[in-house]
Amino acid sequence: MVAAETTAVAAASGILKLTWIIALLPVISAALTLFFGKRTPGRGAVYGILALAGSWVLSILVLWHFVQGGGTQASQVEWFNVGPFHLQLGQYIDGLAAVMLVVVTSVSLCVHVYSLGYMHGDKRFTWFYFVLSMFTAAMLDVIIAPNLFQLLIGWEVMGVCSYLLIGHWWEEKENSNASIKAFITTRIGDVPFMFGIFALIAATGFKTSNITEISTMVHTGAIPAGVAAVAAILLFGGTIGKSAQFPLHVWLPDAMAGPTPVSALIHAATMVAAGVYLVGRMYTVFIGAETWVLQTVSIIGAITMLGAALLALVQNDIKRVLAYSTLSQLAYMVAVMGVGPAGRNAAFFHLFTHAFFKALLFLGAGSVIHSVHSNNMSDMGGLRKYMPVTFLTFVIGSLALAGIFPFAGFWSKDELLVSTHDGHMWLFIIMVVTAALTAFYTMRMVWLTFFGAYEGHGHPEESPASMTGPLVFLAAATVGVGFLGSPLLHAPFFKWVYFGEPEAIHFVPWIALLGTAAALGGIALAYAVYKEKRERDPLEGALGPFWGLFQNRYYIDAFYMRAIIYPVRDRLSAAVYWFNQNIIDGVVNGVAALARGVSVVVYWFDRNVIDGFVNAVGSGAEEGGGLLKYLQSGNVQWYAVGLFVGVIALTIIFVRA
Amino acid sequence: MIRLPLVLFFSAFLFSAGVYGVLVRRNAVMVLMAIELMLNAVNVNLVGFSANLKAMSGQVFALFIIAVAAAEVGIGLAIVILLFRNRESINVDEVSLLKW
Amino acid sequence: MTWQNSAITITTLLPLLGALVIVLVPKDKDRLVRGLGIFFTGAALVLAVAIAIGFNYSQSGSLQFTADTSWISAIGARYHVGIDGISMPLYVLTFLLSFLCAIYSWRYVPSPGRTKAFLALMLLLETGMAGTFIAFDLILFFVFWELVLVPMYFLIAIWGSANREYASIKFFLYTLFGSVFMLLAFLALYFRGPAPHTFDMIALQKFGASGGFSHTFQLVAFGAIALGFAVKVPMWPFHTWLPDAHTEAPTIGSVLLAGVMLKMGTYGFIRIALPMLPEGAHAYAPWIGLLAAIGIVYASLACLAQKDLKRLIAFSSVGHMGFVMLGIATLTPIGIQAAIFGMVAHGVITGMLFFNVGSIYDRYHTRQISEIGGGMLEIMPKLGGVFAFVAIASLGLPGLAGFWGEVMSLLAAYNPARGLNVGLFRGYMIAGGVGTILTAGYFLWMLQRINMGVVPDKWKEHHLKDVIAVEWVSWLPLLALILVLGLFPKLVFGATDHAVNGLLQALGLS
Repeated sequence: MVAAETTAVAAASGILKLTWIIALLPVISAALTLFFGKRTPGRGAVYGILALAGSWVLSILVLWHFVQGGGTQASQVEWFNVGPFHLQLGQYIDGLAAVMLVVVTSVSLCVHVYSLGYMHGDKRFTWFYFVLSMFTAAMLDVIIAPNLFQLLIGWEVMGVCSYLLIGHWWEEKENSNASIKAFITTRIGDVPFMFGIFALIAATGFKTSNITEISTMVHTGAIPAGVAAVAAILLFGGTIGKSAQFPLHVWLPDAMAGPTPVSALIHAATMVAAGVYLVGRMYTVFIGAETWVLQTVSIIGAITMLGAALLALVQNDIKRVLAYSTLSQLAYMVAVMGVGPAGRNAAFFHLFTHAFFKALLFLGAGSVIHSVHSNNMSDMGGLRKYMPVTFLTFVIGSLALAGIFPFAGFWSKDELLVSTHDGHMWLFIIMVVTAALTAFYTMRMVWLTFFGAYEGHGHPEESPASMTGPLVFLAAATVGVGFLGSPLLHAPFFKWVYFGEPEAIHFVPWIALLGTAAALGGIALAYAVYKEKRERDPLEGALGPFWGLFQNRYYIDAFYMRAIIYPVRDRLSAAVYWFNQNIIDGVVNGVAALARGVSVVVYWFDRNVIDGFVNAVGSGAEEGGGLLKYLQSGNVQWYAVGLFVGVIALTIIFVRA
Repeated sequence: MIRLPLVLFFSAFLFSAGVYGVLVRRNAVMVLMAIELMLNAVNVNLVGFSANLKAMSGQVFALFIIAVAAAEVGIGLAIVILLFRNRESINVDEVSLLKW
Repeated sequence: MTWQNSAITITTLLPLLGALVIVLVPKDKDRLVRGLGIFFTGAALVLAVAIAIGFNYSQSGSLQFTADTSWISAIGARYHVGIDGISMPLYVLTFLLSFLCAIYSWRYVPSPGRTKAFLALMLLLETGMAGTFIAFDLILFFVFWELVLVPMYFLIAIWGSANREYASIKFFLYTLFGSVFMLLAFLALYFRGPAPHTFDMIALQKFGASGGFSHTFQLVAFGAIALGFAVKVPMWPFHTWLPDAHTEAPTIGSVLLAGVMLKMGTYGFIRIALPMLPEGAHAYAPWIGLLAAIGIVYASLACLAQKDLKRLIAFSSVGHMGFVMLGIATLTPIGIQAAIFGMVAHGVITGMLFFNVGSIYDRYHTRQISEIGGGMLEIMPKLGGVFAFVAIASLGLPGLAGFWGEVMSLLAAYNPARGLNVGLFRGYMIAGGVGTILTAGYFLWMLQRINMGVVPDKWKEHHLKDVIAVEWVSWLPLLALILVLGLFPKLVFGATDHAVNGLLQALGLS
């Protein structure tokens, strides 16, 4: 069971030496877009597209190295030292990273091109391309990062780009609210993630954050299983936030407020998958930890998988259907990650295929939205006649999502089921049920959007070539990439992406049949329910009280708002500030007031008692003189009387003495 | 020869009369004369003791005092005359200008 | 007199000379005065950079560019100055921020004008601040320390806004209150120190590191010194002067106050309190950590309640300095270097935020968030963009300057120095983590209310000008530094690493 990525890592050579350029190109294009974009013809989109095209070609070359059976390579340069801690910048490329590079650059290139049409005329067109390139660079950095700090940088920059793009149309408060919600919610997961990194660094004696070195230490037992367990569960916090797993899943549906290409790139294909990638990348730590960690991972995944699929049933907004579907599909990957190395690889295969077909679905949905100017499926219907290319590609994506042979989703879902059927029956059952639900809501979405009669306003038209081109490309990928993992074709994917040693992939016919049956059952049921046009959604009656529960997202969002956000933001902060102004500052001002009070008393004492005495001496002399002066009457004879009386008195005194 | 006590009684009477005059009289001339009485009482005293003690210094003092008294009366009368010229009165009660 | 032993003195006193020159210029030559201000701060910055270049970074633990001559021989106070890796980043930062403030003053001298006095005081302030970081004699340190108070008092009291009298007096008295205890402790160090009595910081450090001071004495003396520094930092609960002073101070007053003056307190902890009184530091560290952790959470909650933009930024300073103090309290090389990095980053970022708030106020003539009412990105996209960039840097985004100080200080708190309670410090670390979430919360909420949304009608007819040339010139270096420090933290860590390690090794803490 215990295996590790501790196979000898060769120093980078050949094309792999230049892998970092893949991540650097979008940075350069971002800078060019920011500073020169507005002055460039076409408002700067050209930089991003060219850079991504270059990165895409390089990524294919890097993958080619692994296709030819090449091994893992790494290289790094020193970044800085703090005390015992050494940090490097570098790259770590294994088959998994190579595959991810291709996924990210492919989808990103498609989105860059697609946005030419979708964002045409947007007043922040240039800015949009800047953030898009920045995001891509950050995601590529996450993929190739050899150490946890470099990974964290890309991780957080992605978060900020996601924030900026969700709030792209910030004139509306709803959008900026969604962007803040996304950032804060993922950050709540990132803090444990950061602590997990700390735990691992501390376990190395504050020497390194290099993933390979840490993996080796876990594998050899230099880092005990208990420490690894704590670290792993903390790292998983980052996954919960970024990949929007329960209980931090709430941000992803709201994130649909952003432009649809963004939803396709960030909130379906790449950034949200980074959480899954993190678990896979740190898998030695998860495996080396106590077993409850992986069980927790599976349980969280299972909850999200089923919960999100149920919510997708009742959505009217097409992007929200896709958002909940994304949650559910990511949860597949997370849940199966908890099964073991076979699950890990299957999860990555699903990540790989999902990126293509979900990006395709989002871009298709974007094409529809671009055409009918509404997100609501109640404003759509019958679009297959107006938008044939979009329709066809969307159906391909949908079939892949539902898991129908021979589309990509079938193969990857099959691998997921195969990896769990032995020993994780509860998870297996949940996954099959979710697969049926997935097929149901996918069919419902396709039916409401493209079949029946058009319900919206205006005349929908097919989107321009810049948008349909990427759709066709992704549709082709959706058909094709599944075969890379097909056991019938010796599954080359699993020769690139493996843990420890490449595993043999088996085809289990009954599982493939069961999966297909679940999918077909879901589709058939949805067709039966939705084939006739009805005023109200037939599910509303069928689900009874659950309809309201699902519409309100199990009241989790409301609970967070009422129990955490509002109390902290409004009441606790006000209480703290009141405390600050009245108690702490009150003490300060009180001391000042006391000092001033004492000073008044002292001053009174000084004026009245001390200075009063001095003044009394002066005024006493004056008053006495005023009285005595009357003795000087001017009458000489009275003076003489005094004289004689004095003489007599003296005489008496002297004589008596 | 006259006995000393008689002389002293006489002198005392004379002095007392002088004091009375100085304190009671309102006429400045009369006050001056009363002062003369007091001075001469002293002279009588001096001469009496001189005779009794057979010492000449008392008589010398008496002569001095007579001379000084003459000068004093001279100045005093001059002041009185000036006073009279200015105020048409030589009543000492009316010249209490030198006061508070 | 060689460059080696006179560079520091010339650089530090150059602004003082500038102040004298400006005082001699006739009142009506306004532009000349402003030009002289830029010239002297600029010349001092050039010299400071020259020192930084001439500095031997592989020997950053030992004093360089030293000068040591007799000063007040009766009490053994000497003119002992020098620079090491701990001082270097702060020293350069002082000159950089002062220079940028002088440039900013080319355009913005707050009411009631009087440019001459304004710039002369600013230059005096610069000398005081810079001197604090290079003084290696306690009396000299104290003189520079107090020298700072006076110009800042006048800057707030004359050029401040409505409630300036209250704020300036509060600032002055509160700081003075702290420094009295500090001075008493200095005297105690003098009399309990090695024979012959000395104020020399190096000698006292050696004496302290070798256990020269008794345990009880260390407790008392550290308490007194810490009180003086804690007020300046400011640590919770001694922070209440700060929001008032910041809110009322003119823009460049706030910039220098936040950018440099607060660091004098934290620098004092690292330079004086810790090495001279290691046992005292060890005994107080859990309490300092506690106050720091409370300060982080508390300040970010207080920020959420603010309605005044400038006050919000001021409170955020309390939180950020909490991270710095938490790093110091761990007594580890990582923690203390995190603290120094945090100081520099906070100086650059918060200085920049105050520049921004000043410019926002200059345009809207209000600091009330509700009156600005949003949409700044719409009317002034550049100002809004810069503001958003700096705010995001301030909430600690990796890749920008604010990150390394915070994250390294939390990392250090995971395992503090030997003998400190690990569980306790992990609790502080968690509080710090909660603080980072709240920090993100209030900054993003602030951006939402200022930058985003629809422009209120009342601002539509005003022609609010976007960032002007003078602002670009004074801001670009800071904006660049925010990015560069985030990407190449070695700029600071390269200077501090040997110095801090050496310091802690001397104390047996490393």
